[in-house]
Amino acid sequence: MIDQNNNPRVVITGMGWITPLGHDLQSVWSKLTAGASGIRSITSFDASTFPTSFAAQVCDYDFTTYLNDPSLHEHATVNTQFALGAARQAWDQAHLSDGNGLDLRRVGIYLGAGEGVLDFDAYAKVDLAGWDPQVGAVDARKWAQAAYEAMDSHDEIGQEPNMPISHIAREFGIRGPACNCLTACAASTQAIGEAVDMLHRGDADVMISGGTHTMIHVLGVTGFNRLTTLSTRTDDPPGASRPFSRTRDGFVMGEGAGVVVLETLDHALARGATPVAEIIGYGSSADAFRITDMHPQGRGPAAAIRQALRQAGIDPHATDSDGRPSIHYISAHGTGTMENDSIETLAIKSVFGDNAPRIPISSIKSMMGHLIAAAGVVELITCVLALEHQIVPPTINLHAPDPELDLDYVPNDARSLKLDVCLSNSFGFGGQNDTLIVKRYEA
Amino acid sequence: MRRRRVLITGLGPVTGFGIGIEPLWDAMIEGRSAIKRIERFNPCGFPCKVAAVLSEDELIIRKLVPKSDRKATKVMCRDTELAVAAAGAAVRDAGLITKAIDPQAAPTIAPDRMGCHIGAGLIAADVDELTAALWTSRAADGHFDLHHWGAAGMENLTPLWLLKYLPNMLACHVTIIHDCQGPSNTITCCEASSGLSIGESMRVIQRGAAEACLSGGAESKVNPMAFLRQHFAGRLATTRDDEDPAAVVRPFDPNARGSVIGEGGGIIVLEALDSAEARNADPYAELVGFASTQSQCPDATGLEAEPDGGGIADAIEIALARAGASPDEIDALAPFGSSIAAIDQAESAAIKRVFGSRAADIPMITTVPNAGNCNAGAGGVAVAVAAKAMKTQTLPARLNTTGADGLNADAAPSRSADLRRVLVFTTSQGGQNVALVLRSMD
Repeated sequence: MIDQNNNPRVVITGMGWITPLGHDLQSVWSKLTAGASGIRSITSFDASTFPTSFAAQVCDYDFTTYLNDPSLHEHATVNTQFALGAARQAWDQAHLSDGNGLDLRRVGIYLGAGEGVLDFDAYAKVDLAGWDPQVGAVDARKWAQAAYEAMDSHDEIGQEPNMPISHIAREFGIRGPACNCLTACAASTQAIGEAVDMLHRGDADVMISGGTHTMIHVLGVTGFNRLTTLSTRTDDPPGASRPFSRTRDGFVMGEGAGVVVLETLDHALARGATPVAEIIGYGSSADAFRITDMHPQGRGPAAAIRQALRQAGIDPHATDSDGRPSIHYISAHGTGTMENDSIETLAIKSVFGDNAPRIPISSIKSMMGHLIAAAGVVELITCVLALEHQIVPPTINLHAPDPELDLDYVPNDARSLKLDVCLSNSFGFGGQNDTLIVKRYEA
Repeated sequence: MRRRRVLITGLGPVTGFGIGIEPLWDAMIEGRSAIKRIERFNPCGFPCKVAAVLSEDELIIRKLVPKSDRKATKVMCRDTELAVAAAGAAVRDAGLITKAIDPQAAPTIAPDRMGCHIGAGLIAADVDELTAALWTSRAADGHFDLHHWGAAGMENLTPLWLLKYLPNMLACHVTIIHDCQGPSNTITCCEASSGLSIGESMRVIQRGAAEACLSGGAESKVNPMAFLRQHFAGRLATTRDDEDPAAVVRPFDPNARGSVIGEGGGIIVLEALDSAEARNADPYAELVGFASTQSQCPDATGLEAEPDGGGIADAIEIALARAGASPDEIDALAPFGSSIAAIDQAESAAIKRVFGSRAADIPMITTVPNAGNCNAGAGGVAVAVAAKAMKTQTLPARLNTTGADGLNADAAPSRSADLRRVLVFTTSQGGQNVALVLRSMD
């Protein structure tokens, strides 16, 4: 079955995630619609003196329960562990192991996974041992000697960003096209968009896609603190992530993974799988403006949204017979930084014009923080669950509206409404912008 | 379905030989290696003590960017500098006008129709910069004091410190400098990164999302942390002080004993046929086939090569099929050729499966003995050399290898050759494989 662009239709047949709000679709969805926060003090290291000492962390997670042979993955680092759990859920929901005849050469994987976690204690020890204060530089010979004593080879190799795809491919026997991209906060949205393109071309029948990331470690928190992009509301972690609020003061770091099974509709139906939603639009652009700032007119984000709408054949200015705009919900990038939320609002207005105020927009980052490379996929899964339940999750902590931000951000309480088409935005540090449009599946 | 044709119209390798295709090609023809003892840091504490390094005075980044971008060079790590140099060389070689070439002139390709896909590595933070800051947070007993670091020590890092080391910064700086507003991606699959980026650019142009893309990759592991990780991964040769560094890398040699890193990579200009024709471009070759696959390696991290090279062979066969070419129509092979014995064997097995009795005849193009393994940039170097070989109908020289079993990989001088179709392929640390088929223009 082909779409209006003459491409095979692409559907989602399985989803899974490991998030700060829980480790399965339904429990996380309950928390998202209840407006719960997963943000608290950092426990993975002692961040008590850091300007920002809180984050949304994955708790009580044992990845080995998701694996056929845990010993095969004994060297998996934290982000790979997240990815394996999310992939298992998605794989099982899609019933890919049922029956036989799945050609694993036609099953590919494209993730937007971040780098693994550096063993900071070992690293600091080695660096200090190697430092030559007289010269003011590291003596590489001393450094190497200390490194061979203190560093673990598997921990070091495991930081390569392609480790999650390698582990997942090995766990499930995947032999088709394989790729990992890392465009900061846009990565998993971009991975899904490109995976859909590969299905359109016929490069595979099934693509495992999504992302995984944690930067909740000493150097990650250090780096974002130095950039002054994090909220410093240490007295109120659950109230710290305030997208679209006048009092927003930065984003809150999260961690986790999300994985979706993408499949051509023909392939899904032929093997008796149940499509849960259809991907109908993808757009991708670069700001090409500055390393540190978004283009002030939101040029790049608007271009990505427009491309996705064009591919989906959706007129942003149209309304349907019920008087609804053609997009029924936007899962915003909505980081809670002054800049992002203003410019995202501007971009949405520039694309949707008079329709913009009538589209409900929310940011689940208010509840589960910013999963960085994995943010896009968990927000896409949120859109699919919103379609399924006909409810959109709220933007919590939105008690002080910003007069400049005058759209409908679904403040504080989830909302029931009739939903058929949702749009999800992801914008990466440095200027990559990606948008996906997902539609309720209809035969 | 008939897809848009995609041409290679510009080459921008950056290697130990210098910036651009000419210094690299001269070395490939003359059979020179850039592999030398490492001078950037003292390599005494490491088993491998050599690398192919671009000297500091060959790449002065402030001189390579327009005045308006000079401030940004302060937040470029070495990998980004290499990518920026490579992109500039590729754009010039293609004869494109971008914002960087002439900010006043109309760009050859509309900015929103220009994409950028760059392969990048796991970038290690500059160890001197970070340690200078960590040193300020020592406790009385000399150990690191995390409380002091959080409260005060971290302020010794420049505010933009993190941004230097994000892998997507290579593409971000390049898109800013050349004003590429189309799709841009950063592929991070170790040595497969450049090839996967080039394949993605091809897809993006074919689906109509761009007219041209800057595409390839760059990386430098010439720093203690990244160098150590390559040792941990078992990829480097142990070198002796009394041997010739240029003779260490011997791809497919029965005595292959490990690889050597190079810093560098390559960015090429990929362009839709109609765009290239409209401006009378002089293309090097057409990119007619691309495929990627995943190997089922013995270990889940993909460090150990798949013994039968099955994933590599699959990628080659799919790329050939998409190129509409039979194995008999391939005139040269540009494999990874890393000189890592297990990977050489996997590649050899794949070549023999696909090409059968011809495996011993098809000449190889090897670049690692010359430019080292440029990791995420390696595929960019290989594609640049293959494209130049096709344009000049010349096989470059091969170094060092003797007694390659059943392959045409032994050391040989350069010679003229009929090169209508060349296969470029690689396999990564992690088990991702990529194959590209290039066809000459006539």
